Amino acid sequence: MDLAPIWLTLKLAGITTLVLLVVGLPLAWWLSRGRSIFKILIEAIITMPLVLPPSVLGFYLLMAFSPQHGVGKWLLQTFNVQFVFSFQGLILASVIYSMPFMIGPVRSALQQLPASLAQASYTLGKSEWQTFRYVLLPNIKPSVFTAIVLTFAHTLGEFGVVLMIGGSIPGITRVASIAVYDSVENMDYASANTYSFILLAITFVLVVSVFIYNKSQSKSPLE
Amino acid sequence: MISIDIEKKLKGYGGQQWLKIKREFAIGSIVNICGPSGAGKTTFLKIVAGLIQSDMGYIKVGDELWLDTSSSVSISPQKRKTGIVFQDYALFPNMAVLRHLEYATDDRQWINRLLHVGKLDTLSTHKPECLSGGQQQRLAILRALAIKPKLLLMDEPFSALDKQMKNALISELKQLFTELGCTVFIVSHNPEELSDLGSEVLEIDAV
Repeated sequence: MDLAPIWLTLKLAGITTLVLLVVGLPLAWWLSRGRSIFKILIEAIITMPLVLPPSVLGFYLLMAFSPQHGVGKWLLQTFNVQFVFSFQGLILASVIYSMPFMIGPVRSALQQLPASLAQASYTLGKSEWQTFRYVLLPNIKPSVFTAIVLTFAHTLGEFGVVLMIGGSIPGITRVASIAVYDSVENMDYASANTYSFILLAITFVLVVSVFIYNKSQSKSPLE
Repeated sequence: MISIDIEKKLKGYGGQQWLKIKREFAIGSIVNICGPSGAGKTTFLKIVAGLIQSDMGYIKVGDELWLDTSSSVSISPQKRKTGIVFQDYALFPNMAVLRHLEYATDDRQWINRLLHVGKLDTLSTHKPECLSGGQQQRLAILRALAIKPKLLLMDEPFSALDKQMKNALISELKQLFTELGCTVFIVSHNPEELSDLGSEVLEIDAV
């Protein structure tokens, strides 16, 4: 039984979550402040993976980063980086695909905080970054935790977009969901069952932990 | 001298209204701002603090120009550093009483004095959710004073305090205001409660 797809999936989910945490928190904060047409457009683009078929997203990423032309060719020639059929390609696709799961809960939580919290901090002479770091972020911890777990769990279950841009290269792009598909195609139901059960168990533990944590935090800190 | 000349369009159920205020205040004065609900009292405080932009305006505090829309001057709230007591207190749920004051200032002696004035010394490790309404209101006042502001803006600051606590606090605050030499704008529907502070009155009514 080859466990490499499981480790690769966990590695992909971990890196994707970390990247989205760094990129997603400031982006969610920016989106939570005011509404302009530009922000609405950006928010729509970020949200699209929620409703778009993963194969469509994967197809466009495949086209965009194909080493034969355009951006993909430029990246290969300039930085010797190839996103198609590589692990970094999976990370890029996962970051785009899972972005709404990080941004959504955090942005929503920030918008629900009273505006006067940030205003009080500004009048104490604190910068926007200090206000975000010491006032806003600590008061949306449950939502940040939910966003982290949902992003991780969602990345574990990716299939279409990962298959389109990464294919099924053992040890490089063959993640657990693709290993399940390959196993079934090869009539190896035992392996398919093992991969599926491990994914099911991990996802179940993650989702239950979110519910338990949110239950313990159910009393709003503002009540 | 503090010179204020502002105009701001207000959105209300009664249609479009204008908040127009043109007046000068002596440094160190205590001003009771009163007027009907929706007249723009809170908006006025937030414009002075730099938290809301006015449509037209000029604010000069002493030698410092804070706002002049005609020459696109608008100093940030961080630089104005007005102490402000919000109507909803705006306490930080993640911070205990002491941390609120430490967030505002590094002056340990000043923090201890404020805790004593607000009678919150024994509650310094408590978070806002563990405080009564009156204690939360006192903390909001202390936090605003922690930065030793030259201009203190208070929106209904004594509404949750009982008479005894209010009188004791006002007496202590009066002394602090004198020490700091700060000008104070207080929104209050009860002018009698401010009689001990010897305040002048600014009546706001949107037109």
